[in-house]
Amino acid sequence: MVKTLDKVDVVTVGVGWAGGIIASELGKAGVKVVGLERGENRSTEDFQMVHDEYRYAIRYDLMQDLSKETITFRNNPGETALPMRQFGAFLIGTGVGGAGTHWNGDTWFFSPYDFEIKTMTDKKYGKNKLPKEYLIQDWGITYDELEPYYEKFEKMAGTSGELNPLRPERTRDYPTPPMKSTPMLDRFEKAATNLGLHPFRLPSANISEAYTNPDGQTLNQCQYCGFCEKFGCEYGAKSTPNVTVIPTALKTNNFELRTHANVVGIHHDGKRATGVRYVDVQTGEEFDQPADIVVLTSYTVSNARLLLLSDIGKPYDPNTGTGVIGKNYCYHITPVVTGFFKDKFNASMGAGSLGTTLDDFNNDNFDHSDLDFIHGGSITMKQLGKRPINENAAPKGTPNWGKEFKQKSIEYFNRSIPVTSQGTSLPHRNNYLSLDPTYKDAYGNPLMRLTYDFTEHDHKLHDFISERCAEILHEMGADKVETRDLMEHFDIVPAHNDHITGGVIMGEDPETSALNNYLQMWDMDNVFVIGASAFPHNGGYNPTGTVGALAYRAAEGILKFKEKDGQLVKAKDSSRA
Amino acid sequence: MSDEKKAPDLSRRKFIKNSGYVAGGAIGGGILTSLIGTSVWNGDQKTAPETTTNNADSYNRALMYFRRRKDFEILSAATERIFPEDENGPGAIALGAPYFIDHQLAGGFGNNEKEYTRGPFSEGTDYQGYQSPLKRHEIFSAGIQAMERESQENYGTSFVDLEGEQQDKILQKFQDNKVKMKHVSSAYFFDQLRTATLSGVYADPLYGGNANMDGWRMKEFPGSQMSYIQQIESEEFIDIEPSPLKDHL
Ligand SMILES: Cc1cc2nc3c(=O)[nH]c(=O)nc-3n(C[C@H](O)[C@H](O)[C@H](O)COP(=O)(O)OP(=O)(O)OC[C@H]3O[C@@H](n4cnc5c(N)ncnc54)[C@H](O)[C@@H]3O)c2cc1C
Ligand code: SF4
Repeated sequence: MVKTLDKVDVVTVGVGWAGGIIASELGKAGVKVVGLERGENRSTEDFQMVHDEYRYAIRYDLMQDLSKETITFRNNPGETALPMRQFGAFLIGTGVGGAGTHWNGDTWFFSPYDFEIKTMTDKKYGKNKLPKEYLIQDWGITYDELEPYYEKFEKMAGTSGELNPLRPERTRDYPTPPMKSTPMLDRFEKAATNLGLHPFRLPSANISEAYTNPDGQTLNQCQYCGFCEKFGCEYGAKSTPNVTVIPTALKTNNFELRTHANVVGIHHDGKRATGVRYVDVQTGEEFDQPADIVVLTSYTVSNARLLLLSDIGKPYDPNTGTGVIGKNYCYHITPVVTGFFKDKFNASMGAGSLGTTLDDFNNDNFDHSDLDFIHGGSITMKQLGKRPINENAAPKGTPNWGKEFKQKSIEYFNRSIPVTSQGTSLPHRNNYLSLDPTYKDAYGNPLMRLTYDFTEHDHKLHDFISERCAEILHEMGADKVETRDLMEHFDIVPAHNDHITGGVIMGEDPETSALNNYLQMWDMDNVFVIGASAFPHNGGYNPTGTVGALAYRAAEGILKFKEKDGQLVKAKDSSRA
Repeated sequence: MSDEKKAPDLSRRKFIKNSGYVAGGAIGGGILTSLIGTSVWNGDQKTAPETTTNNADSYNRALMYFRRRKDFEILSAATERIFPEDENGPGAIALGAPYFIDHQLAGGFGNNEKEYTRGPFSEGTDYQGYQSPLKRHEIFSAGIQAMERESQENYGTSFVDLEGEQQDKILQKFQDNKVKMKHVSSAYFFDQLRTATLSGVYADPLYGGNANMDGWRMKEFPGSQMSYIQQIESEEFIDIEPSPLKDHL
């Protein structure tokens, strides 16, 4: 029997960065919010035994329980999708704080070019720069419009960094100075400068000095402990929802956090949502939570899946190119070029976003007239803190087991370091999300089906950026420089990148997008869908800064909507508007 | 494979043959050390008091998963070829990796906890990942039997009695997916065995491998340090005595 609960103003599905920001902003404004989170609660105290590579980085202790729910995957619409039975190419978080609890902390802001990519590409390179299968489109918002929300996110998160010489439109300083540097990062900076490039310190959520944010939450100084990404921080020095927006929301007394609550559907009458159904994952009991406003903050997979399961919005069909839910699924193309050095450095010391980066080959910062791709990626050297089970880099030709492997992987543990990129991923007609016809989750609902393959564009961009990474490593004096090839087809097994985006995208036209620029659904006024699921493409930077900015903007939108019902944005001239 | 790998290595062969007795508890850590004849990794016995649970004679050096000693010996021999004892220091056996794997197979790892195990099952393409109905512990058991079968068929003797290079040939066949196994590829089994071995070599000693933190010492990895804020900017490489998680309790 389903138990119906008392109605609330707002319910959020998932309590990570997006859910936490909504809860804190609405809570501060006096709005009653219930946050439903499928995982458990956790705080800094949960991470006293966290320096355990096996538990967290091999067995993925903090990640989604795939026995309950996973995705299915195929490379193209002609294949039968099969379940992702174990984690591989990307990880998905769970629990209060979401993946924000164990992210690295690279805190970026997308470029003006990203938000108007279609207009600007057409203008500079003509309408035929890309084949028409690539569904790039403007985001329905400009960088200048989003900038105040980036500021809110960074001030809340205490981001440590310095200005990017190639992003002059930003003049605002970071709340805290850049992190300490290391000899390796200094060498990277010097080499890049010698090559005429413009390196600067990676904007980071591993906070460089104690910082109290405008909500009164204090972050401690990062200790460079080397167990950061995939781990929680035992110092409260990593900016996570758990030490910022969630305690802020709870402090308002307007936010109720309900854990072990897995949402399985959204109730609606075709025009408006009326609430959500959830299952208590510990007892199996079912509940209906009525709400005036439903906010999906459950990450890319769940955001799109809950809409499809609940029959909200028109599903995308790759054959006709019509529909929007599931469309423009994107990823991050990740060149990895490893430098092997003769001398040792302190490779075990580091932090999740301790790095130096450059933007010379990102956005439209270089001329693409003679290149057969657009955009690019930030190029970064990071000193994460190496850990021994996973880190066994050895020069090519070394077997991956046996005597020589042992010798080389030990020799190079403190003598190798990669330069990597977050390579832009453009939407392609055949890369999309839909419901699986066969496989079900623990509650009997269809799994999300991912249809995805690397595109020609990905390969070109990857190879170009890899060469640039290699040039820097050569200039650094690396003894050997080795590039990882991009597999011909995307493979669900080897770790590649954790940033999966799209599926419920924002835009200016309801024919080609699901959300307006407040992340309010065009098709259902009282549903807001927040996350990287809203990205029409994935730019050359890590996504979360932009997720945070969009969440702050959506919070403002929700407050406006509470004042005055209806669409917050007028759709661009389209047949439906 | 390197030339080095093909060179016969009698001392190691003897070592691996003897390794079978580890299961029976006949060889203690100290004896192993002298058998291998190098003390590189043993330089700091002070940090490994008698009572440590990571000494080879500690109580957790018994079998939780494997029922037959022989299976454990085959597993042990295979891990030692993946991560052999050499001039850098101990191999998988001396580090306790086989016990680590045994214990892991008895728990969540062996039983595919937190993995999607519902059907229907079909093989899939090369890009769709693991698709077998078998649990990991079943794959290890089947893989060990298949190693023994390969050995008997090709050399007429048990895997544990083979020369190191013969064992390597068999393992290579598994890695190259050239051994038939039911419902799972031999390459997948090999990959799991390799990762499990490295985990047993390098995971925190709390799991029963990485004895005396010698896996870490070889890699000059300091284990679980609380903070590097004082050292992070150092131009020099800093030698740091490793610290295990038990020091955090
Ligand atoms: C290892 C790792 C490192 C990363 N590093 C970086 C980085 O350096 N920089 C960067 O920009 N990004 C990084 N990311 C990505 C970043 O973590 C995400 O972009 C960010 O956490 C997204 O926030 P979110 O709130 O949208 O989603 P999440 O943080 O994923 O939160 C969603 C929440 O919803 C819950 N949920 C899902 N479905 C349901 C349901 N049906 N019912 C109830 N609850 C549900 C989940 O349990 C989860 O808690 C990293 C990700 C990983 C995995
Ligand atoms: S590296 Fe810094 S931010 Fe990351 S977990 Fe360690 S102390 Fe926390």
